Amino acid sequence: MQKYFDVEFWRRVTYVDVTLWLMRAAVITVVVWGTIGTLYEGRYSNEQWFDFVMFGLTMGGIYALIALGYTMVYGILRLINFAHGDIFMTGAFTAYFVANPLGKSGFLEENLLISMIIICLVAMTTCVVIALTVERICYRPFRSVRSFAPLICAIGASFFIQHSFRGMYGSSVRAYPDVEFFDRLMNIGSFDFPVIQPVVILAALASMTGLYLIVMKTRMGTAMRATSEDRDAASLMGIDVNRVIIFTFILGGSMAGIGGVLYAFVFKQVYFFMGFFPGIKAFSAAVLGGIGNIPGAMLGGFFLGTVESVGPALFLDGLGIVAPYQLRDLIAFTMLVMVLIFRPQGILGERVSQRA
Amino acid sequence: MAFNIVASSFEQKYIERSQLRMTGMTGFIFGFVALYFNFVGLITQFMERWIIEGVLTLAHFTIMGVALFAGITIAIRSKDLSVPGKIINGAVVGAIVGIALGLLMLFMTQLNVRYMFVALSHKLFQFLSWKQGVGGGILLQIVLSAGLGALGAGIVVMPKALRRPLIWGLSAVFIAGLFSELIQLVMQYEFILGFRDWFFTWEGQRLQGAIVVFVVTFAAMLFWTIRGGAVKERFGKMSPSGQKSVRYFGWACALILFLLFPAAAGSFFGQVMMYVGLFILMGMGLNLELGLAGLLDLGFVAFFAAGAYTIALFTGEHELQILLLDRPLTWWEALPLAVLVSVAIGFMFGIPVLKVRGDYLAVATMGLGEIIRVVVLSDMAAPLLGGSQGMLHIPRPFLFGWELNDPIYLFYLTLVCATVAGYFAWALENSRLGRAWMAIREDEDVGQALGINLVNVKLLAYGLGAAFAGLAGAIFAVMLTSIFPHSFQLLISINILALLIVGGLGSLPGVVVGAAMLIGTPELLREFGEYRFLAYGAVLIAMMRIKPIGLWPSAARKREIQSAEEIEASIREQMEEEGGRT
Repeated sequence: MQKYFDVEFWRRVTYVDVTLWLMRAAVITVVVWGTIGTLYEGRYSNEQWFDFVMFGLTMGGIYALIALGYTMVYGILRLINFAHGDIFMTGAFTAYFVANPLGKSGFLEENLLISMIIICLVAMTTCVVIALTVERICYRPFRSVRSFAPLICAIGASFFIQHSFRGMYGSSVRAYPDVEFFDRLMNIGSFDFPVIQPVVILAALASMTGLYLIVMKTRMGTAMRATSEDRDAASLMGIDVNRVIIFTFILGGSMAGIGGVLYAFVFKQVYFFMGFFPGIKAFSAAVLGGIGNIPGAMLGGFFLGTVESVGPALFLDGLGIVAPYQLRDLIAFTMLVMVLIFRPQGILGERVSQRA
Repeated sequence: MAFNIVASSFEQKYIERSQLRMTGMTGFIFGFVALYFNFVGLITQFMERWIIEGVLTLAHFTIMGVALFAGITIAIRSKDLSVPGKIINGAVVGAIVGIALGLLMLFMTQLNVRYMFVALSHKLFQFLSWKQGVGGGILLQIVLSAGLGALGAGIVVMPKALRRPLIWGLSAVFIAGLFSELIQLVMQYEFILGFRDWFFTWEGQRLQGAIVVFVVTFAAMLFWTIRGGAVKERFGKMSPSGQKSVRYFGWACALILFLLFPAAAGSFFGQVMMYVGLFILMGMGLNLELGLAGLLDLGFVAFFAAGAYTIALFTGEHELQILLLDRPLTWWEALPLAVLVSVAIGFMFGIPVLKVRGDYLAVATMGLGEIIRVVVLSDMAAPLLGGSQGMLHIPRPFLFGWELNDPIYLFYLTLVCATVAGYFAWALENSRLGRAWMAIREDEDVGQALGINLVNVKLLAYGLGAAFAGLAGAIFAVMLTSIFPHSFQLLISINILALLIVGGLGSLPGVVVGAAMLIGTPELLREFGEYRFLAYGAVLIAMMRIKPIGLWPSAARKREIQSAEEIEASIREQMEEEGGRT
């Protein structure tokens, strides 16, 4: 606060600062004004709000799982694994070919837990294989290069993966089998929701706990943390950095695999382009939570999912905007841009990215 | 850090591998490539396209090409081997490719693979086994691939006088077959119809045509290889002014041919070349941002959209312009407006992301671009911008009362615009501003310390880059006389990025080369359109790994790379010396 009373400060304000303030003010105005408008009109019932939050948390769990992959790789290699969204797709898409016969034979309904584990394992294996291939081909040669090269390679990899899978599995949308148990409605008080939602949230939380334990308690996890602090120092201390990086991609890939299966059971369909938007949103979540920060990515995922789900109704409906649901992506992207501009270190992170 | 660079390059490059392992690895990689082509459906699609009618399809060329390249690669990589050793290794590598294909055939007959892999059809099996059944097919494929691998290795060890004509002859047959339809489109005139039909059918190239093409190219190249030195010598003996005039004459001929080509070849070519021209325009814009100023902008398509939508708003019948003006503007009047709007959008884009750097900048600009797309697509903006329906009935421009309604006219319009814009881009590159951009590309902080106003310089990069895209958008709007939000996806930004990378960042001729390769070629090969983005991805990765400076790098970039290589070579020498001492 002190600085605002200094004349010197005001002398140094430029038009760029003013524009940025105006941007902030505009976003805050829209949010506040829209919220007041919506709540005042009272167009949505409590049940609807509960639905929004529940759905948001479900999506948030999936985003968080994907975001972990971004955040761990960034922490260690300082690069955005642009292809991670597509790695997520490969898992879900490949697992379809296991889930479908399981669903048809009835095994899926009878032994839900076992078949879910099988499906998840297939998805995780695919994701890990693809992630390691991407690492080997696109990132390893550029490990000590400071340029755009790895990012451009990653963009290339993203396209390559998408369209390879399109060629392999076809461009049509494939429908995941229905599971009667997942669609059953559960209720707490007057609130109804399908069973799949708490299942996704719990599964996401369980995987994240497992990951957290691996990173915090095992030897390999310690090596990972050391490498992300300082790669050169870590390798001088006798840590095999190569193995740590591979392990990181394995962890990130498996989380993406689980996320992919959960996503597929929520939306019931998979196709080759499905990874793009969840990928970008998960990246937003990782940045939101402070990239390189594992609890941050989990928090960021849930936060982003919830805001994205509640946002159109809460912020935009009150402004009298037609069909606010079309603007759901707008909310996610605005959050991404605003965080990158105003708080690149995220909510939890202290790391400041100055990678030029 | 220095330790790290040296250590990693040492690990990458200077490990001697045994011959056996190298041969195995090469075979494995090429076998994988051959399988990949099958799985991804390229071969299935290529089977439909005859290169030599009734004899060979593009699929044959592809599969056989893989084995051939495997042989070539291993022969080049194993430098120490004798000639028979190279050929034997080539055969082994080819055989590994053949075994991979054989395994695929076995896999296809034993399992119901079509459930998962849509491309593995019965027709593909027929193709792979040469209709010989499983056992015979596998054996044939292995023998054939081994032979091709040996041939590939043979090509490498051949004397140059034979090798060059052979490679050129084969390429000529391939290209004539691949583009046979287009070549026939060009040869549309009455007096060469008979000639044309002797060479081609609408399915592909006739066998007799292919033989003639091969023989002629072979002979020409053979002549050039034997006698070419003498011609060069005579050229060298000419006076410098004479050399110059010969060179200018050559360039002038090429230019005239290029200018007349679309008019002579028909509107399809005009359309394709115009499309390439639009991407050249946008490429030059992004080149200012990324190539010179080092700002990776993935939301570039927004500027393109701004130009197109401005034209649509102000020239068509639309509420807004009725409100503002008493009549719709003509295209020429709206053009400066479109460029100005794009520049304004560029500034608006630039201000928030001024302080964001590196990878984050790429994501932030991508986010901004997507925000614009989502808004344009939504019902919220539909009354103004037409939502997902787009904007229709944009009038074409008139020049001296003459409606520019054919793609060929629009091509010339694009050409003029691109030439003017190219001049500006060239002038900017060599201006004070251009040098400031290059300085901040290398190091922002140092640039600032040297007195460069970062804010202004960066904003100018966004604004001027956007101007080029706005111009391209203005022409795009009248190309189809209607625009849709779906034409302005992230893909376009990635396209432009890819063409810059292929041509060489920061190089104007590179933009032209990149656009011709990445936009022109896929437009000409429409039927394989689905695989275009697959190729983009592969090209991006391959360029970054093999030739990161691009196909036609700028002179400054070339110098930098050379000096960097010299430094690396001296480090290597030093290390080898030390290694010898211990």
